[in-house]
Order: sequence, then C-alpha cells, then structure tokens
Amino acid sequence: MNFEEHAAKPLLKAVGISVPDSGLAATADEARSIAQRIGPCVVKAQVPTGKRGKAGGIALANSPDEAHAEAGRILAMEIAGFPVRSVLVEAQVPIAKEFYASVLNDSESKGPLLLFSAEGGMDIEEIAEKHPEALLRLPVDIRQGLSADALANALPQVDGVDRGDLLTVLTRLYEAYASNDAELIEINPLIATTDGEIVALDCKFTLDDSAVRRHKELAKSGSPEKLTELEQRGQDIGFKYIELEGQVGVLSNGAGLTMTTMDAISHYGGEPANFLEIGGNAFTLGKQALEVVLGNPRVKSLLINFCGAIARTDVMTGGVLEAWDEVDPQVPVFWSISGTGEDEARAMLKDKLGVEPYPTMDEAVRAAVEALR
Amino acid sequence: MIVKGHETVLVHGITGTQATFWSDKMKQYGTKVVGGLNPKKAGTEHLGLPVWGSAKDAAKEQDAPIDCSCVIVPPAAVKPSVLDALDAGVKKVVILTEHIPVHDTMYFLSAAREAGASVIGPNTAGIVTPGECFVGFMPAFNERVFKPGNIGVISRSGSLGTLVCLNMVQAGYGISAFVGIGGDPVIGTTTKDALQCLDEDPKTEAIALIGEIGGAMEEEAAEYAKTMNKPIVCFMAGAASPPGKKMGHAGAIVMGDKGSYAGKKKALEAAGVAVLPTPSMLPDALKGRLSA
Repeated sequence: MNFEEHAAKPLLKAVGISVPDSGLAATADEARSIAQRIGPCVVKAQVPTGKRGKAGGIALANSPDEAHAEAGRILAMEIAGFPVRSVLVEAQVPIAKEFYASVLNDSESKGPLLLFSAEGGMDIEEIAEKHPEALLRLPVDIRQGLSADALANALPQVDGVDRGDLLTVLTRLYEAYASNDAELIEINPLIATTDGEIVALDCKFTLDDSAVRRHKELAKSGSPEKLTELEQRGQDIGFKYIELEGQVGVLSNGAGLTMTTMDAISHYGGEPANFLEIGGNAFTLGKQALEVVLGNPRVKSLLINFCGAIARTDVMTGGVLEAWDEVDPQVPVFWSISGTGEDEARAMLKDKLGVEPYPTMDEAVRAAVEALR
Repeated sequence: MIVKGHETVLVHGITGTQATFWSDKMKQYGTKVVGGLNPKKAGTEHLGLPVWGSAKDAAKEQDAPIDCSCVIVPPAAVKPSVLDALDAGVKKVVILTEHIPVHDTMYFLSAAREAGASVIGPNTAGIVTPGECFVGFMPAFNERVFKPGNIGVISRSGSLGTLVCLNMVQAGYGISAFVGIGGDPVIGTTTKDALQCLDEDPKTEAIALIGEIGGAMEEEAAEYAKTMNKPIVCFMAGAASPPGKKMGHAGAIVMGDKGSYAGKKKALEAAGVAVLPTPSMLPDALKGRLSA
C-alpha cells in the first residue's frame, strides 16, 4: 500500500526527523490561507506516483496569491492517471546540499537494506547508474536492528553537514522503517539547509500489504489502489482480478499458472483480457470468478485453465458449473483441467455440459485464440 | 531442500481444514508424519497422530529427532511457530502459509541462518520426492503428475509446477524431485540454492527450471548454472504481464528493467539454459539435450 507524501511525512516526524512546516489543501482557497500562515512555499501535487516534478505538479509560490494560482492549476491536473485531489503547501527551505536515504526489504540479502548517497536530487536508479561509488548499501540484521558502529564505519565522509546529526537521522529512518512494517521508506531529497540542519523534503512510504492487518489505523491514511469497477468487485469478493486490453478471458488458479496462461495466449497470437487467479484459499470462488470475467464486455472467448495442487480442480470446476445457468456464458468456452481432483472435475464437466477438456493447456489456448478469428 | 522418506515431519497447525486434508494425504503417501501442533488441542489426537503444544514438547516426547517442520498456521502465528521449530532443533522448515508480513519472514530467516537450518518458502506449495514422500500441498499421489524418474523440477508456483511435472510425465519422463521455493518476495531457499541441491542429487539427471518475472533470483541461478553439467531447460512466467502490477505473487512485479523477462532470459541463455515460450515445450527441449 502506497502513501502520498503528506501521509508519509508524519512517520518521519514521529521519529524526530525534521520536515518543513506544511498544510494540506483540497482547494485553491485553502492553499492561499496556508501560504498566509507559513510564507513563501512550495505547492506539491499529492498523488501516489513519482515524477510529479517533471509532470509540472510541483511549483514555487512566493505569495499567498501565487499559492492560490498554482494550487488551482495543479488541482486541475491528472498525473499518471491519478487526478490530483489535494496539494501539500510546504514552507520553502534554503537548500545547501541534497542527499538520498532509504531503507527497504531486500530479497537478495533477505533482510533490511539501508541506502544512502551524498549525491541526491535524482531518483535511485539514476544515482546507482551515475554515482555507484557514492551509494552506501548497508544490509541490516533485522533481529539486531541497525548497529550504530556498523553505520558509522560504513558512512563515507559527507561535506556540509554534521556527521553526528546525519547518523542520527539515518538511525531514526531505520526506526520508522522497522516500526511501520515498511516495504520501502525513502527520503529523496534529504537536504542540508544553509544553516546545516538536516530536513526531509519528500517521503515515500510503502506499507507491506501483508502487514496491513497490524497497522489498521495507519492504513487508513494510505492510498487505495486505483481499481476498475470489476477489479474492485474482485477485491471485495476476495480474489485478485486485473483488467487488461485483450479479448481472451482467463480463469485460472495460482499466480504462476495464470501468468503462464496469459503468456501462452500471447504466444499463440491472442491477447489476454484479464489476470484472474482463484488459487490459494480463493479456490471455492469459482462462481463469482465466472461472473467477474464475463462482466468484461471485451471478452470474446473464455479460457478456463485449472491445474490443481492445493486448489482442487473439482471444487473450482464445481463452482463454475454451479453458476453456469445463471451467468449463461454467451462466448465460446475452452477448458483444460489437470492435477488434484481432475477425474471428478472431468466427470462433472461431461455430466453438466457434455464436453471434455482439451488434453493440454496449449491446445485449449490455441482453440480459444482461434475462436476470435 | 529435498525431503527423504526416512525423515520425520511435524505439521504445525495440523488441525486446520487444509492441514487436515494434506496431512492425511502425506501420511498415506509415505511421509513419516509423527504428529502435529496446536497449543489449544495439546494432548489430543488428530488423524490418529499426537497433537502437541509446541515443537519443543514434540521433540521431548519423540525418540527420534524431528527432521522437518511443515508450517500451515495463520500468517500472524508463523514467526513464533518457526522460532519454536528452530529452538527444538529442526533443521528443515517448509512454510506453506501465504501473506506473512515480510519483516516477520526476514526475522525468522535470520534466526534460521544462525541455527544452521534451511527454510523453504514462505508461500511454497511444498516439496516432493516421487515414490518416497512429500511435504506440502502437492498432488504427489497422482501418478500422471509425479511418476518417479530423473528430472528435477524447481518452481515458485505450485500450480505451474504441477503442470510442468504433468507435461514431463506425459512425454515419457519421470520426476526425481520437485522443489517449490515459494512466491513471496523474500524467501529462504532461492532458485540458485534449489539448483545446487538438484545438481548434487544423484537421482536427478536434468532440470526443468520454472522462473518468474521480478527479483534477481534467475540471474543469480544463471551464474551457478554456468558451472553445471546437467542440462537445464527453463520456462519463465510473466512475459505477457504488464510492468508495475502485482500478479498475485508479490515477488512477480517488474519495476523498470529490473526483474524483466528479457533480462532474465538473456542471463539464462548465456549460461547455456534453453528458455522456452510455453511450459509444454520443455520435454521436447530436454530430449535434444539429454541425448547430446
């Protein structure tokens, strides 16, 4: 779950990292009154995506009237598909130096990874490419926490800032990461002011989706995923459905098998209309799955590909067949069934619809693609 | 990362619905399930097996040590459950639960490293040694899928792994071992670890590697593959998945170029691995390589 800047910065504040004075505005008038209070400011679009600056979603305003005008302009924008619903009006800070700092879950070291670069002001991919030597990568043992010694030894000489202060900020950033089940917490830029104070000018925070349960309060300020109507229905029911551009509907089980089904469709010259998997504990949702897949008007043929491991093909097939008469599919349907419960599933299919599944997934996919022509 | 028929298995959370179904299947297949855990039902029996409150209690009451823990408890209970297994001296922990907070996973992986234990998963469908035993949610008992043989299979996904084993058996091959490594972004046994294990397994003569977009495990495995003599064929899921979206497996997400299909394919092909566009093409690709 992603957090917009205004929702992420309080996490830094809570651990004692300085952020500029600010206020959140949903209208240009609100922006003006915040600017009256804090003086020269920056007006920043609040959207759960990067590259706001390049899109024109960040502007300096030296007076309340300028803040009003910029807020009005930015609030009318859409950035990467996200309509801007609010702006953060934040006090301007005199920047002497820009840094980069983050802590994230690292699959390679299988633990937290702290990243710091004395070269900031660009995104991390660019830093890694242009200044790999300047990028500190410090793996942390999550059971021990961030060791002050290890950090002090690893941190290179950084000009323009008190070393003790910088160590404190990085230690606090780790604290914010650890106490909030972060997948990623990133400050870019982290700056030194002309007075030598260290301030976080931006903050990106992603909460681990699997940890939302134990951060219910915090999760309320996260940005909900941008979902289509059908995707929302899938989420409400309890499975992952992603709407795509193609015409071959996909109903499958397991993330790996479903991705593979999509790959096979595109390999044989078609395009998948969706990702939908009812594996894991969702395998009893065959009925609802059929309704959602066929709810997409682009679907011109339907591929049902079950391969049972934990998900029993008989239970999934039973669910789909139960919904059959009610949903009454108006497109040709192509079946492939193998694995746990396949004999029962085949028998049910034969009994209800009088059809046999294709002997292999590839044959079913080819037929489903062929049916579009 | 292979489980052998003589190894003893303790099922954490044995009384749950799924766990009951699969523990029974494991037992019937020949896995040496010695019992299970549920603190609320300690002292009772389930499936004719003893139920203990903790792995430590189980270890005390067992004459033989517990070789393997199979963890099927709710996400929030996994961390203490794995630490309990490590405390009891278990050296192989297979974690089937999905949706475990990643900070918890990193915590018990660190503890396992210190204890010298292997972790398979989380979010794995399990491991199978056809003809001997299995641990997890796999249709090992289905002869059309898991006929014993000499092909080792590695997969993040259970359903896709099942399909590949089926394709192999349909083509006349058999399976020496199936290693499900799990779909989570942070996992214990990596693709490279599993590859090394099958490289050292005398029964395995060739390997079907099932990769997935996202992360850097396939690239790392490719480095190891360069040192191997056993032929490897590979299918990688996700070529048609749009970037930036989580496709069910949290691990399967491409950001920019990192973890992309093209990058992984290139790394594997440079190591002499044949990368095929659909899984059903794997057996044919193997034919040329095994006879070569």
